[in-house]
Amino acid sequence: MGALSAVRLLVWKDLTLELRTKEILTAMAVFALLSAVIFNFAFSPSPAQAVTLLPGMLWVTLAFAATLGLSRSFVLERDQQCLEALRLFPTDRSLIYLGKAAANLLFLLLVEALILPAMAVISGIALLPHLLPLALVMLLGSIGLVAVGTIFSAMSVNTRIREVLLPVLLFPIASPVLISGVKATAGILAGRPLLEVLPGVRILAVFDVMFVVLGYVIFEFLLEE
Amino acid sequence: MAVTTQERAVAAKAGPDRPATLIWLGLGLIVIGQFMALLYAPEEVTMGNAQRIFYVHVPSAWVGYLAFAVVFGASIGYLFTRRRSFDLAAYASTEVGVVFTTLAIISGSVWGRYAWGTWWTWDPRLTTTFMLWLIYVVSLMVRAYGGAGSQAARFAAVLGVIGFLDIPLIHLSVVWWRSLHPLPVVIRPEGFGSGLHPAMLQALLVNVAAFTVLYVALFSVRRRQMAAADALAELKNEDHRRAGTQWTVGTQEVS
Repeated sequence: MGALSAVRLLVWKDLTLELRTKEILTAMAVFALLSAVIFNFAFSPSPAQAVTLLPGMLWVTLAFAATLGLSRSFVLERDQQCLEALRLFPTDRSLIYLGKAAANLLFLLLVEALILPAMAVISGIALLPHLLPLALVMLLGSIGLVAVGTIFSAMSVNTRIREVLLPVLLFPIASPVLISGVKATAGILAGRPLLEVLPGVRILAVFDVMFVVLGYVIFEFLLEE
Repeated sequence: MAVTTQERAVAAKAGPDRPATLIWLGLGLIVIGQFMALLYAPEEVTMGNAQRIFYVHVPSAWVGYLAFAVVFGASIGYLFTRRRSFDLAAYASTEVGVVFTTLAIISGSVWGRYAWGTWWTWDPRLTTTFMLWLIYVVSLMVRAYGGAGSQAARFAAVLGVIGFLDIPLIHLSVVWWRSLHPLPVVIRPEGFGSGLHPAMLQALLVNVAAFTVLYVALFSVRRRQMAAADALAELKNEDHRRAGTQWTVGTQEVS
């Protein structure tokens, strides 16, 4: 079996599971909406303030929603001994990482597609003119979050404190994603020339490549018994 | 004090008792270094005596970075060889590194209060060091809750690799985010130590040496303690196997 079809199979497995249970997506989406609402309660920003607050609100919401989804990612695998079955999957074990990461990314992007318009409506900011660069930054940021998040999800699920450990592991390591993501988003929303946002995009891209490769290499060490 | 055969066996497995010499050497150097820092080095013009925190702050930060570089190397070594000695080195270095980084952050904060009028600022180097500290504190959490057997060691090693490689990216992103920390005064294009009065540089170098020796000493002590705990667990296991029971102590379950 080729690597690509193996990954596709793994993503399809997670997708089928999700379509039947709808656990993860529902939880992520509702949680993301709730945090967007809570932010507006907390700051009740005027439209002028909203432009400066939105990047932070958006990325914190995304980071929390991603953590929620990622924490579930390996729980099912573990509880039903699916991980044992995955280990028997006749392919390179590192592909399991790519498969899980791709599925997690898909879930996160779906939630983003929902939360972005919701945030635009709640805050009253027209996001549509900035959609393309914004989508690029969010995509790069999501890949980064998921690339490290999948590693840490596989790790934390096997520990005594499980879900508690995931955000504690994820946030310091993913801080370049959050910092660059927030700053780039702020630049885009303020209508700055895209060249000014480029350094952030570059950091995001380097982070993505580095941690996808690292995850691919290192995942094998996490699956041992 | 009478030494039992078991104690002797544990000590033998843990390795020779070199750290004691290193500790005395380190402490001696610290006394000399601090004497130089407080009396030998001249008073700085703008910051006055508060600048003397420099001689604690810079060596602590240096040792912190050194310790985490050791963690990185030992983690890679552990992942590829699975030798317990690499794991013990990574663990011991993480602990000592966190202590010195904490010292660097606290001393820097006190200094900042006098030099800049604020306890904390989100300057790139401060922020990076703080994130670094967080990563290795989390690594200690992974050690504590990481699970049975070699699993915690494996997870901590993975974090040791990821965390270290992440540092340049954290730094880059924070630099881009904002950029009050004084510019480098020791290693500069105009030559080594050109930004410092010669007496200041001498005092600094002695302190850096003292802190480094102290790091090696503390590291060796912790490593030896961990190895002794392992050896003790092994011996107890043997005893209990003979008696038909299972017993686990120490930093790792012995299978």
